[in-house]
Amino acid sequence: MQRSSRLALLHYWVAFATFLPAVLLGAWQMLMRSPLPAPLDDSAAYYASVTLHGTAMAYVVTTFFTMGFGYAVAATSLGRPIRGVTAAWIGYAICLLGTVMAVVTILAGQASVLYTFYPPLLASGWYYLGAFLLIAGSMVWVVLMILNMAAWKRDNPGVPVPLPMFAITATAILWAWAAAGVLLELVCILLPRAFGGSELIDAALGRTLFSVTLHAIVYFWLMPAYIAFYTLVPRAAGGRLYSDTMGRLTFIMFLVFSLPVGLHHLFMDPEHGSGFKFLQSSLTFLVVLPTLLTVFSISASLEIAGRVRGGRGLLGWIPALPWDEPMVLAVGLSLVMLGLGGFGGLINMSFAMNSMIHNTSWVTAHFHLIFGGAVVIMYFAIAYEMWPRITAKPLRSKRLARIQLWSWFWGMLITTIPWHIAGLMGQPRRVANFDYSDPLMARMGPLVIISVIGGLVLLGSAILLIVVLVRSHFGAAERVEPLGYAIAVNPPVRVAPALNGFGLWTAIVFVLMILTYGYPIGQFFILKSHSVPAVEITMPDAGGAP
Amino acid sequence: MAEPSSNSPRLPLPDGLVPEEVVVRTEKRWFMIMAAMLVVMMAVIVATGITGALHPSSNVEVIDPTTLHLQGEFIESNLGTAFEPDGSVTVRIIAEQYEFVPQCLQVPVGTPVKFRITSADVVHGFLLPDTNVNTMVVPGFVSEVRTRFSKQGDFAMPCHEFCGLGHHAMWAHVRVVPKERLGNPTSLARVTCATQ
Repeated sequence: MQRSSRLALLHYWVAFATFLPAVLLGAWQMLMRSPLPAPLDDSAAYYASVTLHGTAMAYVVTTFFTMGFGYAVAATSLGRPIRGVTAAWIGYAICLLGTVMAVVTILAGQASVLYTFYPPLLASGWYYLGAFLLIAGSMVWVVLMILNMAAWKRDNPGVPVPLPMFAITATAILWAWAAAGVLLELVCILLPRAFGGSELIDAALGRTLFSVTLHAIVYFWLMPAYIAFYTLVPRAAGGRLYSDTMGRLTFIMFLVFSLPVGLHHLFMDPEHGSGFKFLQSSLTFLVVLPTLLTVFSISASLEIAGRVRGGRGLLGWIPALPWDEPMVLAVGLSLVMLGLGGFGGLINMSFAMNSMIHNTSWVTAHFHLIFGGAVVIMYFAIAYEMWPRITAKPLRSKRLARIQLWSWFWGMLITTIPWHIAGLMGQPRRVANFDYSDPLMARMGPLVIISVIGGLVLLGSAILLIVVLVRSHFGAAERVEPLGYAIAVNPPVRVAPALNGFGLWTAIVFVLMILTYGYPIGQFFILKSHSVPAVEITMPDAGGAP
Repeated sequence: MAEPSSNSPRLPLPDGLVPEEVVVRTEKRWFMIMAAMLVVMMAVIVATGITGALHPSSNVEVIDPTTLHLQGEFIESNLGTAFEPDGSVTVRIIAEQYEFVPQCLQVPVGTPVKFRITSADVVHGFLLPDTNVNTMVVPGFVSEVRTRFSKQGDFAMPCHEFCGLGHHAMWAHVRVVPKERLGNPTSLARVTCATQ
C-alpha cells in the first residue's frame, strides 16, 4: 500500500508544481491584453505563454492529477496494493520526459502554436514529440486501471466492483478513446512533417482528428471531480450516497456520449457538411443528461446528510450541512459554477447560436468556468482530502483551505463574467493586445480591467493552495484515518453485468464513432488535393526568445 | 494543529434509510423531466435553424492555396464586392498572414450578401461582431457565408483564430452603405473602400 501511496503523491506533486506557474502565466496574459500596462510587453512572448499555459493546464496538470488520483482510488477502493507498480513508474518517467521536452521547446520560443497545434502552422518537432510522449505515456496508466479492475473481478466473482474503481476505469477507457485523435494527428501528420518525412500537411484532417480529442478530453478532466461528487462528498457531509446505480449509469453515459460529439468544435469549419455537424450537435445534447442526473443524485445525498444532522423543513437541510469541511464547501461552489458554465455550454452546442460566440472571449469564459472553476476546485478538495491520508500529516489548516476555495470561486467569477459579456460584444480570443482606441474595443476596456482583478485573485488563491499543502507536508505526523468512500443508501448486492464492466459499452462507442466520424474522417481520402504547405512558426528576430 | 473533523465520530446510518423503491421512483421522475427539457431545447434549435436559415459555412469546396493569385475567382482583380445579375452581391476575400485582402469592404444595406473567403497560408477566422457572420477560414477550402445587413454602419472585422505571431494585427473593416453609394449595379468593376 505504501508503494501505491507514494505513486499517487509523486503524480500530485508534478500536477500542483505545474499548476502554480501556469496560473501566473494566465494572470500575466490577462494584464497583457488589457488596457493596463504589463511587464514584458511583447506579443511573441504572449503567444508562447498561451501555448505554455494551455499545454500545462490541459495536458500536464490534468493528466498527472488524474493518473495520481486513479492510483490512489485503485489502491484504496479495492483495498489492496496496485498491480504493476513498476510499469506505473515507467509510465510516470515517460510522461515526465515528454513534459520537460515540450516545456523547454515552448520556452525557447520554438512552439508558439498553442496546445491545439493549428496546422498548417508548424512548431519544432521536439514540441510534438514531447506532447506525444506525455499523452502516450499516460496509456500505461490506462492499461493498469483496466487490468487492476479485471484482476479484482476475477478474484471476487459476482461481487459488484466498488463504484470509485468502476468510475476511474470508465475514465481510463474514455481517455484512451479521446487520446486516439491527438495521437493519430501527431503520428500521421505533425511529427512526419516536422521531422522532414513529408512535404505537405493535411491541415483539415489534422483539425478533424483533434476534434475527436477536443471534447472528450474535457470529460477526462471532469471525471475526477464527478468521482469525488459520488464517492467522497456524501461521506464528507456525513451521509450516504443516494444511488449506486445512478453513479454507474452516469459514468457509462459520460464514456458513451462524450466521444461522438467532437465535431461541434468545427461547426464554423468549411471542410465538413451540415449533416454530420448537425448529427453531432444533437448527440451533444445527450452528454448534458449525466450531469443533470448527477446534480439530482448529489443534492439528494446531501439532503440525507443535512437531515441526519438535524435539518428540518423543505430547505432546512442546506444550512445543516457541515460547510466547514473543504469537500462540502467545494461541492457547493463547484455546482454553482457548473450551473453557470453549463448554460453557456448549451448555447455553444446549439448549431446556429454558436455563430454568435464562436472563437470569442465567451468560449474562453465558458471553459474556464467549467474546467478552471467547477472541476479544478474539486481537484483542490481532493488534494485536501487525500494529502493527509497519503502523508499521515493532517491538513494545516482547514480555515486556510476554506479561504483558498472561496477566493478561487470569486476569482473565477470576476474573471469569467466580464469575458462572457465581452465575447457577446465580439471580442476575439487568443489575441495578444487590442487597440483600445478603436470604438469596438473601447467599450470593452472596463470589462477587461475587471477580469484582470479576477486573475490576480486567482493567482493569490493558487499561492494559498501551495502554502496549505506545503505547510501540511512539513507538519507533525499523526494517525489519520484511512480514505473511505461513501456507501450507498441501499448498498448494491448484485448488479447487472452491463453495470459491472465495459465490454458492451466499448463496443457501442466503437459503433457510434464509426457512424459519426467514419465519413468526416474518410472524406479526406476521397477529396482531391487539399493538403497545403506548412508554415513554420519562428520568432520575429532570430535568437530573441523570451 | 489540525482542527477536529466536524463529522467525526460518524453517525452510523442504517441501510435502506430511503427505501429502494423511493430512490428508483424519484430518479425516474427526474430523468423524465430532464429528458423532456432537452427535447424541447433540441426542438427549438431545429426550428430556429430551419426557419432562420442559420447555416454555418459547410460547403466543403476544395481550392489550391498555392495558385490563388494565378487563376480562378480569387485573383486580385476579382476580390471585393461584386454585383450578381439577380441584384445580390458576392464578396470575395483572401485571408493571409496578417491581413485580409481587401482590408476594407463596402456592402449594400438590405441586400443578400454572400461572402466567399479562403486562406493563402494558415487557418484564419472571420467575424463581424454583433452579427451572425462568423466562419473559420481553412487553407485548401472556400468558406461561404450568407447574410443580409439590416442597418448601415462600420463593422470591425478581426481575425479570430490564432494564425501566427502577428495575429493581433489582423483586423479589417466592413462598411454597410446605401445601395446607391456603390454605383451602377450592373458594372463589372469590383468595389472596395479604396475605389470609392
